[in-house]
Amino acid sequence: MIVVWLILILFVGGALAWASEALDSRLPRLTALIAMVFSLIFVVMLCLDNFPDQLSPGGQWLVLEKWSWIARFGIFLQVGVDGLSLLMLVLTVFLGLMAIGAAWHEITERPGFFYFNLLWTLAGVVGVFTALDLFLFFFFWEVMLIPMYLIIAIWGHENRAYAAMKFFVFTQVSGLILLIAIMCLAYFHFVQFGRFSFDYFELQNVVLEGRFQMLVMLGFFIGFATKLPAFPLHSWLPDAHSQAPTAGSVLLAGVLLKTGAYGLIRFAVPLFPEAAADFAPVAMTIAVIGILYCAKLAFAQTDIKRLIAYTSVSHMGFVLLGVYAWNIYGLQGALMTMLAHGLTSSALFMLAGGLQHRFHTRDMGKMSGLWAQLPMMSAMALFFSIAALGMPGLGNFIGEFLSLLGAFQANHAAAIVAALGLIFASVYSLWVIQRVFHGPYHTPNHSTDCGSEPARDDPHNHPTDLSRAELLCYSAMALGLVWMGMYPQTFLAMAEPTMSYLLASLGEVLP
Amino acid sequence: MTGEQLLLLLPLIIVTATAVITMLGVAIKRNHAVSCLLTATGLFLALLSLIIVAQYPAQEVTPLLLVDSFNEFFTALILLAALAITLFSYPYLCNLEDHQDEFYLLIAIATLGALVMVGSTHFITAFLGMETLSVCLYGMVAYPLHRESTAQYPMEASIKYLVLSAVSSGFVLFGVALLYAQTGTLHFSDISVGITQGIANGPGAEYFIVASLLVITGFAFKLSLVPFHLWTPDVYEGAPLPATAFLATIGKIAMAALLMRFMSISGVLDSAAITHVLAVMAVLSIIGGNLLALLQSNLKRLLSYSSIAHMGYLVIALITIDSAMGGANESLGSEAVSFYLTAYVIMSLGAFGVMMVVSDSGHERDHIGHYQGLFWRDPWLALVFTAMLLSLAGIPLTIGFIGKFYVFAAGVQGAEWGLLAAMVIGSGIGLFYYLRIVYRMITPLDHDDPLPVAGIRDVIPHGILLLLLAALIIPGVVPGALMTLLQSVVQAL
Repeated sequence: MIVVWLILILFVGGALAWASEALDSRLPRLTALIAMVFSLIFVVMLCLDNFPDQLSPGGQWLVLEKWSWIARFGIFLQVGVDGLSLLMLVLTVFLGLMAIGAAWHEITERPGFFYFNLLWTLAGVVGVFTALDLFLFFFFWEVMLIPMYLIIAIWGHENRAYAAMKFFVFTQVSGLILLIAIMCLAYFHFVQFGRFSFDYFELQNVVLEGRFQMLVMLGFFIGFATKLPAFPLHSWLPDAHSQAPTAGSVLLAGVLLKTGAYGLIRFAVPLFPEAAADFAPVAMTIAVIGILYCAKLAFAQTDIKRLIAYTSVSHMGFVLLGVYAWNIYGLQGALMTMLAHGLTSSALFMLAGGLQHRFHTRDMGKMSGLWAQLPMMSAMALFFSIAALGMPGLGNFIGEFLSLLGAFQANHAAAIVAALGLIFASVYSLWVIQRVFHGPYHTPNHSTDCGSEPARDDPHNHPTDLSRAELLCYSAMALGLVWMGMYPQTFLAMAEPTMSYLLASLGEVLP
Repeated sequence: MTGEQLLLLLPLIIVTATAVITMLGVAIKRNHAVSCLLTATGLFLALLSLIIVAQYPAQEVTPLLLVDSFNEFFTALILLAALAITLFSYPYLCNLEDHQDEFYLLIAIATLGALVMVGSTHFITAFLGMETLSVCLYGMVAYPLHRESTAQYPMEASIKYLVLSAVSSGFVLFGVALLYAQTGTLHFSDISVGITQGIANGPGAEYFIVASLLVITGFAFKLSLVPFHLWTPDVYEGAPLPATAFLATIGKIAMAALLMRFMSISGVLDSAAITHVLAVMAVLSIIGGNLLALLQSNLKRLLSYSSIAHMGYLVIALITIDSAMGGANESLGSEAVSFYLTAYVIMSLGAFGVMMVVSDSGHERDHIGHYQGLFWRDPWLALVFTAMLLSLAGIPLTIGFIGKFYVFAAGVQGAEWGLLAAMVIGSGIGLFYYLRIVYRMITPLDHDDPLPVAGIRDVIPHGILLLLLAALIIPGVVPGALMTLLQSVVQAL
């Protein structure tokens, strides 16, 4: 029941947050915070309850529950949590808290509806990470879309209508392709076993012949690769990220992208082992192109949020690479990259949002030398940029290193070329730091061209540094990254049973 | 005719009596409220009488009408929709400076026509029903004729509908005549024998195909499938909103149910030529309807093109009706059609309902700009409208999603990959215009455009919207009950 409670808390919390706006405009954020804290308690309880036993080999499922739902099509409300899901839930709930922190002062218009959408998106994500019935999975996959669309469309920046629409159309159309692929599987289960089924475990028994299996697998791949996003399908992401409010960007980059990667690991490969093996070289090529091409695009951006968005695509390339290497290093690497990237990109988006809040621009050309005025914020930016470029000792390094290690075993060429991505990452990360935080002090509010001495008491010229609450958020994320970098065993051990199970079930198929 | 058979015709008899009583009431003393109340009561009693009718096993009442669970289900759906439209019409028509009472008369008679259509297994009743429905619709479309500032071109719309509807009836009649010439009967099941023999035995095959295609063409006119859709946007735009809603819901249910019955009994789908023609019409409707809807800023026109696309989706399921595969899924195609129709009726009624609530016969709010900022001006109506639009777009938590899922299931079962691809593309395009309306509703309005204040007489329309919202969400989350019901309903076919 614990998973159902988790989802219900978020749904009900969202509804309450909306309702509470009528009483006081500060109540919604408080309600949302309480709901999130409760979810965090639930998730932590789930960790503490299970983990000592789980390290011993045995059943990989910590929670596995099933209720009947739509009998006509053999659809069940089936949810399960294993180490992989649990890590994703921890990430989701943690970043949910961060998103509320980011929105705390930024969202002043219609806060009730905002927190409603925020919590409903999170509820959809929690559902995606726990559903083991493919219909239920697809259901939650779509449930998270509308609230996210509204977050971008209502509270977004100047070009929000376009960005929100693009986000929605890309994900919805790829979602329909995914739905058809799911229907095909269910139908072939009917042909082979005499009844419809959307059960994850039962569908693994469906045998599809060569070309058809490849087509259905491609349906899954397109659905997940759009969300990830992988190279040719990524074009919605820079728009959506740069136009979304900070909390929206945090959710998108930190959590929503991970649902695509999760789908690949959980469904796209295990359900179609042969086709996935045949497809692996293509997928790895796509990953390498994504890593290099988007790193290059990131370097060409002047809009700081667009830049971070492109780096996201580039980093998610390592996830794709690791997944299709399909060995223990690759999978663990993909997982660590997902977790670490969730924290770094969220932190960077929050910093970018902080800069935009203070200077009303995202154009890097208009800001420089901020270190002198905003030392704490700049230090944080440096820390997270360095984490993003893969400095040993922080989580991203572990993830990318393991992905490359796994990929090298599967495909030398891809791994060697992809490793160049690490160099590009340092180039664009350090370039941002140098442009924005070093050099002569210059902001759009404080023009040095006109030569006049700015008034001392003008608050715009003395932007406030991080508040205590902000500092707390960033420190928590930084701590997480250091933990992942210094003692990744905690996370690797949690995911190990799942990964071994996935590998073992397909061991004979893939090299 | 025995007493039991009369009992089985109770819904038809009650609706007929309703029309007569309303007419007599108008003859004695005109009173808008009384006429509306009489019609609504009559429709409600007809609905109640279904409880009695449902007790009896399926049987033919004369060779003309078949009263089975299929008939009963669609009768219930039509009566519910007619009841809702009657109640929506009252506040809408209140400020019409003309006689309002005859509108209810037309609703009752048109409903009667629709009920005859869903019960018919014989071309005589099918044709009578179609004409009764159409003739009343001409009147309803042209109803606010004497007003200047109301719905823009009621007369033009009515004439357009009259001419094209007559042409389509002509097609149907010609097809029926050819079928009759070959088989000597007008009963669907006897024709089916002729058709199967005709197709099997070679020389007569073309003859049957042409005849069936003519009938299907006529039906496609009424369902407004591309390329027979040209009248739809103009008629939807020109008609007053209650008439548009009637045309878009009851007009489509009755026609689609009749087509479904004809196809599953007569076995015309055994002919590859006919399936191909239907498939082409489905693809054209989906792509054409969705693309043209993109260009509209008038919501009635937009919904008319979207209805064309939705009828295209419906035809996909219709094609798979007889690709039987045995076992529990024998009737997947028919179930998909029935489910999609039910979903379509709920969501279009909801969308038109919101428009009717904010409009009246003097001022129709049918432009997308009228709904700007609705989310902040009237959150309740905006919520309902958004839910209906998202359901039309096929987003989960709504019945529209389950409907689309059903059609996908039917399509996969029939291995109609090309049609499914068209449906994915069409749904993708559809998102643009549905979301554009949602986006307008959340964009704040810079000038003042006061909505009509909800008074005491708006309680009922708002109540119906609440019911429609519940009917949209509950089967969207727990569709099991409706699926079981439909499974038993289509067993009758």
